[in-house]
Amino acid sequence: MGSWFLVATVFLACAVEAVEALTVVLAAGVTRDWRSALTGVGGGLVVLAAVVAVLGPALTVVPLGALRLVVGALLLVFGLQWLRKAILRAAGLKELHDEAGTYARQVAAAGRAGRQRRLAVPDWYGFTLSFKAVVLEGLEVAFIVVTFGANQGHIGLAVIGATAAVVLVTVTGFAIRAPLSRVPENTMKFAVGALLTAFGTFWGAEGAGVRWPGGDAAILVLLAVIVAFSVAAVAALRTTRVAPAPAETP
Amino acid sequence: MIRALRSFAAFWYDFLIGDDWRIAAGVALALAVTALLVYLGVSAWWVLPVAVLVLLGFSVWRVARTK
Repeated sequence: MGSWFLVATVFLACAVEAVEALTVVLAAGVTRDWRSALTGVGGGLVVLAAVVAVLGPALTVVPLGALRLVVGALLLVFGLQWLRKAILRAAGLKELHDEAGTYARQVAAAGRAGRQRRLAVPDWYGFTLSFKAVVLEGLEVAFIVVTFGANQGHIGLAVIGATAAVVLVTVTGFAIRAPLSRVPENTMKFAVGALLTAFGTFWGAEGAGVRWPGGDAAILVLLAVIVAFSVAAVAALRTTRVAPAPAETP
Repeated sequence: MIRALRSFAAFWYDFLIGDDWRIAAGVALALAVTALLVYLGVSAWWVLPVAVLVLLGFSVWRVARTK
């Protein structure tokens, strides 16, 4: 059960961030220079691989109790932030991520910027745009891969989930040469947020010394409760928003 | 130099704490309470799930209230 959740969580988290990074890379490649944009992608992936390669083995030597406490807290904060944003977006209180709009803004900005050659990179702007997109969008996923993987004892599986998502998004994006605006990003963020929150709660409490009733099966109960609460929160917030204001009495 | 340090600190704050610092603070507090109750020999498995629901509900409610 744990391994399946590990791969699914990392795959979904990585797919969401890869879709967002792809939008920027496509804008850099189309309007600036593909070689520079792809060099930026390569540089960004090397940085992320280095984070996983350094932090992964380092975490395996931390005692399990302390690891679960720290990792649980970190995953819980990440998960609650993802879930919070997904709830607010689903309830209409925050704008949905608009890949087509982001792409148009990036293309316009990239078209205005000057061209400069640096360190054998033909277009430094295109390079840095892609590099930053990959590193900034990927860093959280790299942390999820490392912490989730180390806690489960399967960093390799987490890397496979992340790689599969990157390959799928990249191949699809370059096949259609357009931002993946039809991907249900918010639903995916909702799912990742719920999974991270459930596992973060479970491991964080275990790290603090708790013994869960039902053992590992408690994760499923936590997940069900968190999803039910979040769905109810979306429904309540939507109802509150559409409810007409009470008429003022003279 | 100071600008770079500020940007660096702002990046890590945004990365680790996010949009609502109360969530991170609440998680830290809930974990501390859990550890304390375990130390005192009290069953504490329920503390973190309750804290999670309260923190999440409070955080989205605060945003909804201002819209």
